[in-house]
Amino acid sequence: MNLIAQNWVAIGSLHDIPPQGARCVENGDTTIAVFRTHDDRVFAMEDKCPHKNGPLSQGIVHDNCVTCPLHNWVINLETGLAQGADEGATVTFPVKLEGETIYIAVSF
Amino acid sequence: MSEKLVIIGNGMAPGRMLEELFEKAPGLYDVTIFNAEPRVNYDRIMLSPVLSGEKAYDDIIIHDDAWYGAHNVTLHKGAKVTQIDRHAKTVTSANGITVAYDKLVIATGSLPFIIPVPGHQLPGVLAYRDLDDVEKMLDISKGKGRAIVIGAGLLGLEAAYGLKRQGMEVTVIHLMPTIMERQLDPAAAYLLEKALTERGIEIITKANTKQILGTDKVEGIELEDGRTIEGDMVVMAVGIRPASALAKDAGIAVNRGIVVDDGMQTSDASVFALGECAEHRGQCYGLVAPLYESARVLADRLIGGSAEYHGSVVNTKLKVTGINLFSAGDFAEGPDREEIVLRDASSGIYKRLILKENKIIGAVLYGETGDGSWFFDLMKRGTDISQMRDTLIFGQSYQGGAPLDPMAAVAALPDDAEICGCNGVCKSKIVTTITSKGLTSLDEVRAHTKASASCGSCTGLVEQLMGLTLGDAYNPSAVTPMCTCTELGHDDVRRLIKAKSLKTIPAVMQELEWKTSCGCAKCRPALNYYLVCDWPDEYADDYQSRFINERVHANIQKDGTYSVVPRMWGGMTSSKELRAIADVVDKFNIPAVKCTGGQRIDMLGIKKEDLPAVWADLGKAGFVSGQAYAKGLRTVKTCVGSDWCRFGTQDSTGLGIRLEKFMWGSWTPAKLKLAVSGCPRNCAEATCKDIGVICVDSGFEIHFAGAAGLDIKGTDVLGLVKTEDEALEHIVALTQMYREQGRYLERIYKWAKRIGHDEIRRQIMEDADKRKAYFDRFVFSQKFAQVDPWSERVSGKDKHEFKPMAIMRKEAAE
Repeated sequence: MNLIAQNWVAIGSLHDIPPQGARCVENGDTTIAVFRTHDDRVFAMEDKCPHKNGPLSQGIVHDNCVTCPLHNWVINLETGLAQGADEGATVTFPVKLEGETIYIAVSF
Repeated sequence: MSEKLVIIGNGMAPGRMLEELFEKAPGLYDVTIFNAEPRVNYDRIMLSPVLSGEKAYDDIIIHDDAWYGAHNVTLHKGAKVTQIDRHAKTVTSANGITVAYDKLVIATGSLPFIIPVPGHQLPGVLAYRDLDDVEKMLDISKGKGRAIVIGAGLLGLEAAYGLKRQGMEVTVIHLMPTIMERQLDPAAAYLLEKALTERGIEIITKANTKQILGTDKVEGIELEDGRTIEGDMVVMAVGIRPASALAKDAGIAVNRGIVVDDGMQTSDASVFALGECAEHRGQCYGLVAPLYESARVLADRLIGGSAEYHGSVVNTKLKVTGINLFSAGDFAEGPDREEIVLRDASSGIYKRLILKENKIIGAVLYGETGDGSWFFDLMKRGTDISQMRDTLIFGQSYQGGAPLDPMAAVAALPDDAEICGCNGVCKSKIVTTITSKGLTSLDEVRAHTKASASCGSCTGLVEQLMGLTLGDAYNPSAVTPMCTCTELGHDDVRRLIKAKSLKTIPAVMQELEWKTSCGCAKCRPALNYYLVCDWPDEYADDYQSRFINERVHANIQKDGTYSVVPRMWGGMTSSKELRAIADVVDKFNIPAVKCTGGQRIDMLGIKKEDLPAVWADLGKAGFVSGQAYAKGLRTVKTCVGSDWCRFGTQDSTGLGIRLEKFMWGSWTPAKLKLAVSGCPRNCAEATCKDIGVICVDSGFEIHFAGAAGLDIKGTDVLGLVKTEDEALEHIVALTQMYREQGRYLERIYKWAKRIGHDEIRRQIMEDADKRKAYFDRFVFSQKFAQVDPWSERVSGKDKHEFKPMAIMRKEAAE
């Protein structure tokens, strides 16, 4: 028996997020940032830069990356990894788009 | 089971030793560090830039907490070790932590020497060794006044320069007849003293301190000859001594420092000493380069190697902006010594080499130090220079007949020649990193090798190495591209946007062949500004290309909350406005309220979701956004002028308010701050602003291109005009010229330097048609720009920005 189950939760519509933008989803103490790219792909990761916990949801989204508003670290939305010479990673969450509804998977 | 390695001290030397150790043998040791200071490892060489305000503490951290975590290092901060028990093999700290070791490294550094004159224990007598000292100095320097620095050595002069930059009057007292006598000969010392005096630092040589004056804090000093100097702070920078007491108490052999052999081992085979506390072959070192060399040796020994440290020849550079000074070796005169001297009085250049048996044993360079590392290398190697003696002093480029180009000079350096003294990076390390990681820019080389990443004085050498390694692929003189998405520079992009009538970001990227699909966080905000500026009526602002502050019209803070600054026209306010602000602060539990440098009130720590409600309440009292977040017009600071002041010559407040009401809402390449002073006493500090006005009896003197941030620069005068209307027209025209030509994030003083102040005066002061055209374009653009962003958002615009998209609950998923 696996006690940790993954649940897909509907969190809203694609149109709730501006293209090249992000919105936040609150999950208990954790804030999850949900990103929409210019070509309508959707990604989710913890709203915390690995550098100094900057709110990534407030950054500029470009291609498949976001630039943190505090000190300009660039985080890859697909892997959560810091780009360039910086090292660090942000926790990512599985996300899927069915029609226009966005689901994210959270373990309980 | 890993062996236990305990390190006493957390300075740069053990930090570097651990880096080497973890690279060569990760996991070999279970490491515990005791740090008497309550913090992580930071770059002590860079304390001077922190003191002068050119860098912040965060900029000089070498290892952050995450680094210690990643390497499983236990770091006890604020824990001073008071006892070593060599029989039990344990160390114990003042706060009662006892840890056992297999190998122990003592790296306790050094202690500043405090001259025991009467008054030396008064508050305000400081040393200059660590960040605590710097913080104390900064704290006192806030009150301005005068600082007295005792000791004109390297540290003393850097402290003096830093305190001067902080706005204090500074007097340096030195016992010897010339300053920095251990590193400089009298000729170079004279040039340096002159340069420092020109920077406003008073230097008194041959001065012996008799006592420090004051009853419960420093009030001044008295010299042996009876002179007294008033002051609020005394910095003692007269020397250091190795901190060896702990080792001595434990029965380890101690001379001046803790005695170590060529393997950095003390008289106890399990105990090593490293850094300023160690004495190797009778020498104690206080500079970073030799400490890094010995750190490498110790790391090798700890993993079972047999590396040996053979001592170092050291060189010195002074970190005072704009002064180039290099000194190395021994330069005293002597019967068996010869010297070669080159002087160029008009350019302030002085070079002197000291030779003994056809070898360089000392070098002093002032004014032009590019050949320092070459001379230093010849000296360390003991190269016979008799073949090039006639041209030696001219430097490396003049050797071998025809002048060599600088590239060849760098090519000729051996692989182990040190390029970056601060970080101990040699030529081969830079070259192999460039090749193996495929680096092409200076920033990348800095990120990966740390070369030229500290004081930056070797940047030229690093660039030459890049040229050498990459060949044509590296071209530093080429136009710097906007970012990695394009080859084009800012000016080309601006020109092409106009020439090709490009009116959207995708159009720019397509037509100018952007290399990425949708740009990056560097180019998109720049393009958005250029398009807003060039096509005010047609371009639709792209909020997703704006930095968060301009997207939500508030300033993001380090914890993700925001600060809000309402506009107070010309810095004037009223009881009604203040009451409204007080009510908002209470209603939203705003934790901090502060006056800004631009005469506004800043409310800090507001949650993002509260912003629209805060703005709604402020809006009801008549407030609009102060745009304290904008690359645009920020504030117009004023004095009370002829309305109130007995010296005021014109209505400076009125002109300031008029300018602000005319110009608010306009976007500019970088922030734009104005000030209007009612008389030349200049209470509004107009002469360090982007644009300033000094009112005089005969009219209005317009100033521009000042700076009081990373750089400090007084303004230049644009010209004198007679009426307030003319002042407004000239200032607006100047702003528009800057709007149209400035590169994104380029402040007005940098733009003016690039364009030429005379050219700007010619277009704004002398060419009435041009001025009118600039003015008209600004006025047209304002039609679309003067919309209060706060009231827009209170009425619902961009509401998605301020609310979470969803709030998940556990039961919702089941």
